[in-house]
Amino acid sequence: MKTVLEMRNISKFYYGNQVLKNISISVGEGEILGLVGENGAGKSTLMNILFGMPVIHSTGGFEGEIIFDGQKVDIDSPSKAMELGIGMVHQEFMLLPGFTVTENIKLNREITKPNLVSKILGTKGKRLETLDIQVMRKDARQALDTIKMHSIDEMEYVASLPVAHKQFVEIAREIDKKTLRLLVLDEPTAVLTESEAENLLNIIRLLSEKGISIIFISHRLHEILEVAHRIVILRDGQVVAEGRKEEFTVYQIAEKMVGRKIENVQLPPRKKEISENNVIMSIKHLKVHMPGEEVKDFSIDIREGEILGIGGLAGQGKLGIANGVFGLYPSEGDVTYMGRPYQLNSTMYALKSGIVYVSEDRRGVGLLLDESVEMNIVATAITAFGMFTKKFLGFTVYDRKAIRQHAESLIKELDIRCKGPTQPVRRLSGGNQQKVCLARAFTLSPKLLFVSEPTRGIDVGAKKLVLDYLVKLNREHGITIVLTSSELAELKSICDRIAIVAEGKLAAVLPPTAPDVEFGLAMAGELKEVKVNG
Amino acid sequence: MEKNVKSRIKLILLSNIVPIVFFVLTLGAVIAAKIPPLFLISEVVRRLSRNTFLVLALIIPVIAGLGLNFAIVLGAMAAQAALFFVVDWNITGVKGVLLAMVIASLMSIFLGRLVGITLNRAKGREMITSMILGFFANGVYQLIFLFLIGSLIPFSKTDILLPQGVGLRNTVDLYGTVAGALNNILVVSIKFINIFIVPLLFVVGLCLFITFLLKTKLGQDFRAVGQDMHIARTAGIDVDKTRIIAIIYSTVLAAIGQVIYLQDIGTINTYNSHEQIGLFSIAALLVGGASVQKASIWNAIIGVILFHTLFVVAPSAGNRLFGQPQIGEFFREFMAYAVIAFALAMHGWRARKAKH
Amino acid sequence: MGEAMDMKSLVNQIFKRVDVPILVIVLFLLSLFVLAAFTTVSIPGLISDSLVRIGMNGVLVLAMLPTIRAGIGPNFGLPVGIIGGLLGMLIVMENHIMGPMGFFVAIAISIGFNLIFGWIYAWLLDKVRGQEMMVETYVGYSIVAFMSIMWLVLPFKNPEMVWAIGGVGLRYTLTLQGYFDKVLNNFLRFRIFGDLYFPTGLILFFALMCFIIYLFFRTRAGLSIDLVGQNEMYAISSGVNPRTARRNAVILSTVLAGIGIIVYAQSYGFVQLYQAPLFMTFPAVASILIGGASIRRATITNVVMGTVIFQTLLTVALPVLSQVTRGDITEVMRLIVSNGMILYALTRAPKEAS
Repeated sequence: MKTVLEMRNISKFYYGNQVLKNISISVGEGEILGLVGENGAGKSTLMNILFGMPVIHSTGGFEGEIIFDGQKVDIDSPSKAMELGIGMVHQEFMLLPGFTVTENIKLNREITKPNLVSKILGTKGKRLETLDIQVMRKDARQALDTIKMHSIDEMEYVASLPVAHKQFVEIAREIDKKTLRLLVLDEPTAVLTESEAENLLNIIRLLSEKGISIIFISHRLHEILEVAHRIVILRDGQVVAEGRKEEFTVYQIAEKMVGRKIENVQLPPRKKEISENNVIMSIKHLKVHMPGEEVKDFSIDIREGEILGIGGLAGQGKLGIANGVFGLYPSEGDVTYMGRPYQLNSTMYALKSGIVYVSEDRRGVGLLLDESVEMNIVATAITAFGMFTKKFLGFTVYDRKAIRQHAESLIKELDIRCKGPTQPVRRLSGGNQQKVCLARAFTLSPKLLFVSEPTRGIDVGAKKLVLDYLVKLNREHGITIVLTSSELAELKSICDRIAIVAEGKLAAVLPPTAPDVEFGLAMAGELKEVKVNG
Repeated sequence: MEKNVKSRIKLILLSNIVPIVFFVLTLGAVIAAKIPPLFLISEVVRRLSRNTFLVLALIIPVIAGLGLNFAIVLGAMAAQAALFFVVDWNITGVKGVLLAMVIASLMSIFLGRLVGITLNRAKGREMITSMILGFFANGVYQLIFLFLIGSLIPFSKTDILLPQGVGLRNTVDLYGTVAGALNNILVVSIKFINIFIVPLLFVVGLCLFITFLLKTKLGQDFRAVGQDMHIARTAGIDVDKTRIIAIIYSTVLAAIGQVIYLQDIGTINTYNSHEQIGLFSIAALLVGGASVQKASIWNAIIGVILFHTLFVVAPSAGNRLFGQPQIGEFFREFMAYAVIAFALAMHGWRARKAKH
Repeated sequence: MGEAMDMKSLVNQIFKRVDVPILVIVLFLLSLFVLAAFTTVSIPGLISDSLVRIGMNGVLVLAMLPTIRAGIGPNFGLPVGIIGGLLGMLIVMENHIMGPMGFFVAIAISIGFNLIFGWIYAWLLDKVRGQEMMVETYVGYSIVAFMSIMWLVLPFKNPEMVWAIGGVGLRYTLTLQGYFDKVLNNFLRFRIFGDLYFPTGLILFFALMCFIIYLFFRTRAGLSIDLVGQNEMYAISSGVNPRTARRNAVILSTVLAGIGIIVYAQSYGFVQLYQAPLFMTFPAVASILIGGASIRRATITNVVMGTVIFQTLLTVALPVLSQVTRGDITEVMRLIVSNGMILYALTRAPKEAS
């Protein structure tokens, strides 16, 4: 089989963090390549590089080469990728709601006829040629029919289409490009029902038979196994396994996705043992509307004094839980805290109850980038509790001296590397910024601390410090911790129990010693399936 | 079934609330003013031929996602500058008008480009930037015509200069040169109503041109960029360039429109004519039912009719209702500002709702 | 926050962070002073006038601070608060409250009005979150036009205030002589030398207002406003209600605008109605920007520096330039400088703007 695409030795750094390490993949003509991996494994970045997305070039480009049809190519913009015949159906729809299906399919590739004005202007008048709607319609109809979407009206406005149809219009747009050689589908079944997904898989097979190569990204492992010819598994920015689909079972894929060598660290003992009966927060049927991390129906009992881990794949809802409980996103559900009913949708209530949240979005939510280290540490304490204030001429103002003292002691305790308490936080490294976030949390004297992705984008040394500090808070101060992370290793290293979230619901609660494959399957939503099949 | 019809009527009413409210208001004012109907119709017809071109010039930027182009003032200033020179060189009649249009258009291509570049640097804040840009340009205009004309820039006709010899007078008379040049080419009189055919032909021509434009690739690009810049960019459209082209079109059309306007009025208020023109044109467009994101030819036409009817009757209505014609004048201004404030508020409200 | 800084870092900051337009303006100003030395214009007189104009306009510029810090941008709807201030002064005059007392009563009344106006105005702005600057501008224009009708209709009777013919409707400008004309300016005014007088009361009042605002932003409410302006999500996660914080900022700004116009009027000696409030907005916006603020960040230092530079520029330009050009070039200069400055601020990329 002729090789259409080869990506050789691709490496990419984002702000000093290496997200792709020497990756090489290849796709043959008419071949369907299934690309699998946890989030952070590098799938999206790799595809962004392939499609020449601006974000790649504005963050330092990449190393390695791309070879298309035997020729080395330099893809520096989506237009270039499209010229080569690479098409991409992104996760978020790139459709203009105010345009018809036809207009979207033909966006910036419209067919035109010359008219009086354009003829007068000659070469300058190309853009003033009239749109030939009739011809465009025919093409659009043909593209839609090719993927068996006879029921979609090509003159309908995209705004009124159901979600699944929008997905198919995206695909129709790509195959209308007669020069299409390779199509990338990034989680195309995420918004589809079972039968619609089935439809999609048939179309993929159809296209492959026509000689179009496909890179199919999905976390639904059974779909991958159904339709792919070959499978590539990414983990931590590297290819950890590849081969023909016949060589894999769901079990094996899941294991490879999450398996990691972990050093068994001895954790310090507790003063008081955790018990099933001592529940600090009971969550029942939690629903959180957080775009991208929807929680549909999550229930769990958080035991006092424990470190509970929450894991799962990106977009499956794990991040939504803490955000919802803390009141940052609208939520519903039945939650009790310390035996009493707990009010959702109010951060003030959460704070006053002794619940603190260290967000996964460090730069967006957790920090005031242009403020000093000391203000970042105390601002919440001041506004929520009036801490660090004094009376001055009848006003209650914040007390610089008290703030300085407090900041200095925490800087020392957490070893925050900075020029001093007045340095703007923007200048600090990722690890030190995270320590500031933790200092901020600690200042609020939490009883229950939610922390999400605490070691994302941090170097190894700082990672250890952060995790150690969390353990210290738990053991020495009795703070119950709920740690949400996409790094299974980190969860396994310090948690007492790990809850896995898939499709917005609790998939499983596993001990840290459970085999990797169980974690992988739970994350893919397949755990029950496997257990049924033995 | 009944509920469906009811909710549909409600929807139509709500989305056209501005023209409807304005219509009621105007009707009330017309009744209160007791102005002879023939006179009123005559005035409105005249304003249709005089002002509509300028209002139409606002449509393209709205479609291209740049909102209300407060910087058409620059096109108007170019028109005035061109007319000053035409008067100075004593070129009369249709020749003068056409020459002014050509000069103004050339200047406007350059000015429109500058405006476009500036607006591209203020994405998300286009309207306030175009507004401030208009004020800034006004300052530069005054600098040139108040201090540099006659000194650095020679003017031969000294009677239009200020007594000191530097700076243009407050009013520049077009009578004897180009006043009425277009109007008088062909006049149709019905009863006592004079219809100036040629300016109306210009208006019709522009309407046809805009309709044509929207069916071309360029028009399609305007629409795409106006809906979502990111998607348009990913599809390969040069978003920045397309926006600049939209502004250039708008500025050039505004310049031509201002020439048409001024040849009808007959005098140029050197330091004022252009200022109000942005405000009243935008208000008219909005009164006709346009919004910050949607504008059509009908919005322009209906808007001019409604807005200018109110404009004509307000002082008399104010006099008859309150005994003070001044109230009517202030009320006109209030309506113009309020209608814009309302449209902007609706835009802001919708934008905020969309985010959530 | 972070306003105390030592001399060395101040100089350093100036060279690193001052923008080109500001440098141009300052250099222009300095060259005007140099020019002045060669003319018959009295420099001590110029400085004296500048001091008065600084004190006169300062509080109006200060009114820009709260809304910028809350993330809403400069308050283009200053006329709302100004109307409150005008109402305060008109009521004082209608009731013949003479002397310095009138000044304080006017302020008290204006605060009363502006708390209400500010509340409503804040409600409106919240509904149009993201488009505040445009909506503010046109709401401001509409209200001024509406009040113009009101000035003609409201039942004021004081013969010094209404038109001589007809006796109904307020005049365009009303004189404050006998009321509180120049009460601040003259309070403890002393002469330094020659033409140079120091309007102590006026400067003290401006300094006092700055101090109060400085203290306010060190309270919980003030800190909440800052947080909302810097990072709304951080503010929410600190238990702050962004809507409340922004509302407080808008009300504060509106109240300051009312006080500002009263200070202005007492110095000028006249109360200006009808179109006048519109002319106060853009110079105030430009001033704070010239002082180094951006659309998103502002400090009291920006307020003071901006007012000093802009007002001195306007004061010095007229007498000096009129020796060179014929006619009053200050109006044109004001248009170009203030709008140019605002334009610059609007077209900076978001990263630069902070």
